[in-house]
Amino acid sequence: MAQGPLATSGVDTGLARHLLSQMMLIRRFEEKAAENYALGKIGGFLHLYIGQEAVAVGAASVLRPDDYAISHYREHGHCLAKGSDPRRVMAELFGRRDGLSHGKGGSMHLFDKSTNFLGGHAIVGAHLPLAAGVAFGIKYEGRDRVIVCYFGEGAVPQGEFHESMNLAALWRLPVIYICENNRYAMGTPVERALAEPNIWRFAQTYGIPGEAVDGMDVLAVREVVGRAVARARRDREPTLVEARTYRFRGHSMRDPAGAIYRTRDEVEREKLRDPIVLFRQRCLTEGTLTEADVKAIEKDVNDLVDEAVAFADASAEPPLEWLLTDIYKEA
Amino acid sequence: MGKLNMVKALNLALLQEMERDEDVLVIGEDVGVDGGVFRVTEDLHRKFGSKRVIDSPLAEAAIVGTAVGMALYGLKPVCEIQFSGFAFQGFHQLENHAARYRQRSQGRFHCQMVVRMPYGGGVRALEHHSESEEQFYAHIPGIKMVIPSGPRNARALLVSAIRDPDPVVFFEAKALYHAAREDVPDEIEALPIGRAHVDRQGGDLTLVAYGAMLRVAREAAQILHDEDGVESEVIDLLTISPLDRETLAASVNKTGRAVIVHEALRSFGPGAEIAASIMEGAFLSLEAPIRRVAAYDVPFVGFAREKANVPDVGRVVAAARETLAF
Repeated sequence: MAQGPLATSGVDTGLARHLLSQMMLIRRFEEKAAENYALGKIGGFLHLYIGQEAVAVGAASVLRPDDYAISHYREHGHCLAKGSDPRRVMAELFGRRDGLSHGKGGSMHLFDKSTNFLGGHAIVGAHLPLAAGVAFGIKYEGRDRVIVCYFGEGAVPQGEFHESMNLAALWRLPVIYICENNRYAMGTPVERALAEPNIWRFAQTYGIPGEAVDGMDVLAVREVVGRAVARARRDREPTLVEARTYRFRGHSMRDPAGAIYRTRDEVEREKLRDPIVLFRQRCLTEGTLTEADVKAIEKDVNDLVDEAVAFADASAEPPLEWLLTDIYKEA
Repeated sequence: MGKLNMVKALNLALLQEMERDEDVLVIGEDVGVDGGVFRVTEDLHRKFGSKRVIDSPLAEAAIVGTAVGMALYGLKPVCEIQFSGFAFQGFHQLENHAARYRQRSQGRFHCQMVVRMPYGGGVRALEHHSESEEQFYAHIPGIKMVIPSGPRNARALLVSAIRDPDPVVFFEAKALYHAAREDVPDEIEALPIGRAHVDRQGGDLTLVAYGAMLRVAREAAQILHDEDGVESEVIDLLTISPLDRETLAASVNKTGRAVIVHEALRSFGPGAEIAASIMEGAFLSLEAPIRRVAAYDVPFVGFAREKANVPDVGRVVAAARETLAF
């Protein structure tokens, strides 16, 4: 397991500000989403990423705008980190016409062509072959782009995980598979689901690099994914990264406490490793950021999210006639 | 112009589309070096190499799922599944991803891709090598479901399928691969997807068929003409979904009677939707209940009883006579 750097050395103020503000944006965005879910403005299910922000932000920080990202259903953070407009993401959660998918995708299906974000996908493990296909396209055209594919440890028992790892390795595709191991597939702990709970080791089976990383450490994630991205760009070598993380909230809003399958003590203990608190503390201790910087970031983030909620709230419902559109290309 | 069987005609469509557009790729099990289980992709690997004619591992979900990713990137993959009975391992990728990307992303992403597969009985093979599962695909919004009935329309429809901006499932009747040769023009020809063909004109009875069942319907029409003096109109659907409801209604408004023939199972099969469509479009013209001649509602039986399960000319003629006598 790669040890993350313990200090922010090598990180300039600009980068520190970027990483912290991105993580805080995602956190604030989702807290507000939860509030609006409780108000009934968001229907159905809502899967919060709170606690895992360092993974999306660390990984996205080493991507170029023309690189691709594809994700699962807990993807608000991945979508925001790839650069989507928070207003349009919130509007999509609200099911409104100004949402990223004009209100037809919803929380689990965010797509943004302008950032090459290829969607959230609700069926666990099913999007992994898509990432291989996109990577094939990149290689086919001889470009130096990459795709990162996020999924949870719940996807690892699925056949498509293994089919995709095999293809990526066999065809040497520029894809980085990032498994966010938050230890519970809804309520099933990884030890009860996987014969080999050290997920990064599956990479060895397929003969590609595999690394585990502390997913609560944004700089460690950045370093490990950065190496993987460099390999993919330069050598078209895929990587499996296992980011060990934890979700502070339940599986979805229907499981708010998450207290049946894990203890409150465990959740409280993990919250002591809050990636935002840890990184902020580190930056302050080392003087990369000042208290005033942090306050300014906080204010900016709060303003952005308030604006996103106001934007979503003001956006109209999709017109009824959209019910029947975009099934086939319109003649 | 050459006299080609369906295998050669399909091969010609792939060859010419790959020459015309370098984004068109072929992917599947043994499609490359080996040329495909039914030889449809023969010589393509020699002409275009491993980069564009891709031998995949035996993993249907990966074949279809990877093709979805290729299509999202902007390529135009043509997948081959060795037999339609094997396709359910990849079914999820079609119904959940290929079919829905356009709608979920409000048209920002779409999947221009084709999944070809041999289907149907008549070759004395067991269950998964003889089944007809078109109803599963026809039921999915966002997917187009095409089944040609002969070499020339197979070639022209495959060209259209490859160029279609939406995902197309393309069934090829194994029984037709080597059954007949037709004149197929050298220059590229395309037939519109979603349009049925009136194969034989008549005013007394409409016979609706597609794929390998077209020749069964044709033969039945000839017997009805010779022995009963009945003039059947034979409709070759060519596209199962989207269904050409206008052609169906126009024919039955003329004839007042319809018999639908397919190899898929009877209950909840394509015939149910076709019958409902005729009811909606030609109710006041109907003189008799619409009949369906289909495979029985059982898993596909072994070759000893295959002939009893797949519709044949005798069953179609009998159903037609009952309809005419009503």
